[in-house]
Amino acid sequence: MPNGLDLAWPNEGVTRVPYQLYTREDVYAEERARVFMGATWNYLCLEAELPKPGDWRSTFVGDVPVVVARDTDGSINAFENRCAHRGALICHKQSGNGARVSCVYHGWTYDLKGNLTAVTFQRGINGKGGMPSDFKLTDHKRRTLRIATHAGLIFGSFASTTPPLEKFLGPAIAARLTRVLPPNKTIEVLGYSSQILPSNWKLYAENVKDPYHASLLHLFFTTFRLNRLSAEGGIIIDDAGANHVSYSKAATDRVSADYDTADLRVKSDRFRLNDPSIIHGRDEFGDGITLQILALFPCFISQQIQNSLCVRQLVPRGLGETELLWTYYGFADDDAELRELRLKQANLVGPGGYISMEDGAVGGFVQRGITGAGRDTEVVEMGGREWRSQETRATESPLRGFWKTYREHMQL
Amino acid sequence: MLWVGEPRGEPYPKLDEGNSTLSRMDEIAIQFAVERLQARYVACIDDDRLEEWPAFFAERCRYQIISNENYSRKLPIAVFVATSQGMLKDRVAALREANIYEAQRYRHLVSSTLILENVGGVVRAQSNYHVVRIMQDGATALFSTGRYLDCINLTGATPVFEEKLVICDSRRIDTLLAIPL
Repeated sequence: MPNGLDLAWPNEGVTRVPYQLYTREDVYAEERARVFMGATWNYLCLEAELPKPGDWRSTFVGDVPVVVARDTDGSINAFENRCAHRGALICHKQSGNGARVSCVYHGWTYDLKGNLTAVTFQRGINGKGGMPSDFKLTDHKRRTLRIATHAGLIFGSFASTTPPLEKFLGPAIAARLTRVLPPNKTIEVLGYSSQILPSNWKLYAENVKDPYHASLLHLFFTTFRLNRLSAEGGIIIDDAGANHVSYSKAATDRVSADYDTADLRVKSDRFRLNDPSIIHGRDEFGDGITLQILALFPCFISQQIQNSLCVRQLVPRGLGETELLWTYYGFADDDAELRELRLKQANLVGPGGYISMEDGAVGGFVQRGITGAGRDTEVVEMGGREWRSQETRATESPLRGFWKTYREHMQL
Repeated sequence: MLWVGEPRGEPYPKLDEGNSTLSRMDEIAIQFAVERLQARYVACIDDDRLEEWPAFFAERCRYQIISNENYSRKLPIAVFVATSQGMLKDRVAALREANIYEAQRYRHLVSSTLILENVGGVVRAQSNYHVVRIMQDGATALFSTGRYLDCINLTGATPVFEEKLVICDSRRIDTLLAIPL
């Protein structure tokens, strides 16, 4: 086994996923090295969150702490958030501004490129103590990330072998990202929230890649015809299988006999909203698409649900716990009505959202359910055994694309 | 007297100019009315009588659960916001009919109620809350702490919240937030 893991992938390929991937510490450690610190582009933050030279933020690549900064010359840099001296976080706050950052432990100081610029008492005090005369600041530059941006999103990669971001995204996915983050708009962050998921990070990554569940688990959606699989929509997957977008147009929903015969817990039309304003959005992008969920391997999600716009970052917090960070945004030229829609429709998403709260729990149900599963596997065959774009959302095609990509990185 | 000690530092409660003639008994009555409303409010939620929960609010109201991070930075996104009693009824209907979440209940502890302002019987008050969540299997954990910033109308037959701002100390929410705070 090239990766040293005693774990054989089932012969069926990506239609079978071993549950051990969610329960083994050695897999988690390999993922840090091969996926997050490997040849992947990891979302760091929005450019809008670093508006001024000297702005920096603490963020994560996988669970690895990273500082991302807009340098005094306007360029964007990122480096590991770990002091060269004794390993403490250099930046322990969420964000700040300044030409330098200093570790609080002993005051070692870095510029915004991750260069060590000063060691406190390097020459000692009154000629006594201090670092050895051959100590060189330049030997201790922080490990830096390559940076690439698209549509106001900042991505970083620890690996030198990562293909260019445009190639990684693929043209179809890149265009769908630009759709919800148009370059002629100024992005305004409207708020943050955080959800602690009681599951391995991949269970949420899978959930997002799984359009099949959306109208079955999230009955709020189904009940109000926001996103029934009978609405016009589809799946676009990039050529490599790593990234996907799922979209639908609520206005095109046709009555489908398949819904009436499926044993859904709630039948439509039984349930009316007293205040329907939260489900009546505005067609702000002019294409009738009311829902777009886009996921990039490994841990980035962009979401448009009606006029609620959001980016989500998955941060593993150990084998069985994951933090999901939500950053909600709008545009500087939003009129008052559109802004109000964004705020109201935020009720649909986030940790308390009508159509997303279940996602917080369902990964936990899997994590608990697979205790003792041994070598058992998931069955991922909805929509066929391939991973490719499809004009239906009754499919698990994007999930198979995720596992294909995962296997390549993990050499499994 | 029931009142123990004089207020220190800032004049407390801060009374509106027009109400400067309010007597000490009025202050006690207001404190009592607000605390009793809070007690009834949390009992309603903790007893799972959610269908009664919207009636604690005025027809036109604002109920908002927001993290202290967003609130203090004037970022408007809430975990949940309702701008009418109808939206609160929708929340209850969704929790009962549509949303899937593991059986759970809360135990609220509300304390340190401060009356901040009284304008003709419409009172602004702040209280601390502490919510423990009990899952169906008995797992019990601190779920949320924070403060209520309330605007309460005491002039009607029953006091109602015109505004209830639930400011969560932490932005982190474990698993999901279904039941209101």
